[in-house]
Amino acid sequence: MAEILSMKNICKSYYIGEEELEVLHNINLTIHTGEFLSILGPSGSGKSTMMNIIGCLDVPSSGKYLLSGNDIDDLDEIDLAKVRNKEIGFVFQSFQLLPRMSALQNVELPLIYSGLSSSERKKRAKSILERIGLSDKMRNLPNQLSGGQQQRVAIARALVTEPTILLADEPTGALDQKTGAQVMELFEELNNDGRTIIMITHDINIARHAKRVVNILDGYLTEQEVL
Amino acid sequence: MLFESIRMSWENIINNKLRSFLTMLGIVIGVASIIALITIVQGATKNISDQVNALGVNKITVNAIGTPLKQGLTQDDIKNISTVANISGVSPTISGKTGIIYNGNVLEDVLVQGKNEVYFKTGSSQMKSGRTINILDLESKNQVAIIGNNIVNELYYGVDPIGKEIIINGTTYTIIGTLIPSNGFILGSNNDTVIIPYTTALRSLGVKSISTLDVFLYDTKLADDTVNDIKGVLNQAFNYKDNAYTIFNMGDLIESFQSMMSMMSLLLGGIAAISLVVGGIGIMNMMLVSITERTTEIGLRKALGATPNRIQLQFIIEAIFLSIFGGLIGLVVGSIIAYIAAILIGISFSISVSTILLAIGFSAAVGIIFGYMPARKASKLNPIDALRSL
Repeated sequence: MAEILSMKNICKSYYIGEEELEVLHNINLTIHTGEFLSILGPSGSGKSTMMNIIGCLDVPSSGKYLLSGNDIDDLDEIDLAKVRNKEIGFVFQSFQLLPRMSALQNVELPLIYSGLSSSERKKRAKSILERIGLSDKMRNLPNQLSGGQQQRVAIARALVTEPTILLADEPTGALDQKTGAQVMELFEELNNDGRTIIMITHDINIARHAKRVVNILDGYLTEQEVL
Repeated sequence: MLFESIRMSWENIINNKLRSFLTMLGIVIGVASIIALITIVQGATKNISDQVNALGVNKITVNAIGTPLKQGLTQDDIKNISTVANISGVSPTISGKTGIIYNGNVLEDVLVQGKNEVYFKTGSSQMKSGRTINILDLESKNQVAIIGNNIVNELYYGVDPIGKEIIINGTTYTIIGTLIPSNGFILGSNNDTVIIPYTTALRSLGVKSISTLDVFLYDTKLADDTVNDIKGVLNQAFNYKDNAYTIFNMGDLIESFQSMMSMMSLLLGGIAAISLVVGGIGIMNMMLVSITERTTEIGLRKALGATPNRIQLQFIIEAIFLSIFGGLIGLVVGSIIAYIAAILIGISFSISVSTILLAIGFSAAVGIIFGYMPARKASKLNPIDALRSL
């Protein structure tokens, strides 16, 4: 399998006043196409920083990060935006749907930034919503949808650009157990179809759905057994 | 890409109707006051200019006080002046106030003016009925009179005055014409005036000389030369005495009047422009609030691949939208105000294309200037902080 993500000696520090605070220490991580990886860690372990760096929302302080062959270090703000648009599909804990837009419009949103025509956007967004089982809810506003449905719209939005990686941050955090399990089923299905998924969670039961789990604790990454 | 940004900006404005409207209000008031003030001033300027033009910019007025030895102008002086180049005609005026009587009814202190035939050719007064004073009247010193509209109403109510008698200063005259009522905005009206041949007036009003002379020109461009030539004649007539006469060029009056009005228009427009600046600050304020409110949305859009430029564009377009809409509403409101004012004051109403362009251009500029800072702030938001704020 091809290597799509590679991190070598990634460090990230923040300055709180004068004091330097290192959040990530020498992270080494390689991910191949088709993997389903969980990054498991309690709050404050650095897993959010990890996700920000993987998702190109933030850049490491040192180390080398290659994503689909791009050295993130070489990219400016505009290129990073393009990488986020093309390579990464974000799924957030609190869904982050725009409240005044219909499900369909929310799913279309990333395609606007890809520069696609309106008809092409509609076509793609519809087909992905159909695939995810929400074809009858396309015109609904987010507040007319259940939590599980909202998260599925968010997943559809993440997938609509056909990203290299689906990057999910606590995707079940705002859902009850049953709908959470449904979302996990969906993730497994997607992974079986060949989608690469990285999921960040503090819940070992959720993490178990992944094929591979890495632990993060106090900024150190340790590999777990392949499930 | 531009179209998408426009659509998104538009949706946001629609979704916040009340707030968008209140934000626009500052621009509406600013543009409306600029449009109304400029239009009213322009209308008034046009009206007054038209009136003065109707009286003739080709007119030079000579006022001769004279010297102790020679009071006013004689008929010979008038003949000499009419020989000066570029003069199409001269119209002397002799004025006196006296009582007039018809059918036992008396009007006291009526302005009686002696004029010649040129006066009626210049459009200064227009005949409602009857005929004007002609050369024969002047040569024969005929006792004929033309009366203004108010006098018709007061002495000849319900009667056709033409051919009737009128007693002016004790002498009986025959009425040969009446004047169209006029509303002289700056130069007075003829409504209360009686006009008789100036030769007759010299004899019967007890005035020995002519103090006022209107000189009409062929070519107004040569007015300065003509004024100099007239000065030459007058200097000779009054033996080079100082302060014997004054010359007043109507063209100069119009020029200085118009420059005064355009100054006024600039001044008022400038004052109104201050309210546009206040409106612009309102837009900036609303944009900053809106950005704070939509921090998460901006973060999300960035995470989904929006470049900083896209975010900036979207917010600038939103600001421009608000200000141009405000500008258009202001244009309509200002036009209505100017229209009503024009009817009330009695001036003409017309909005020039340049005024409309000025209003739209101004409001768009306000949108760009005051939208830039908030939009830039939005584009610089860090997506991590933005997403965390929820």
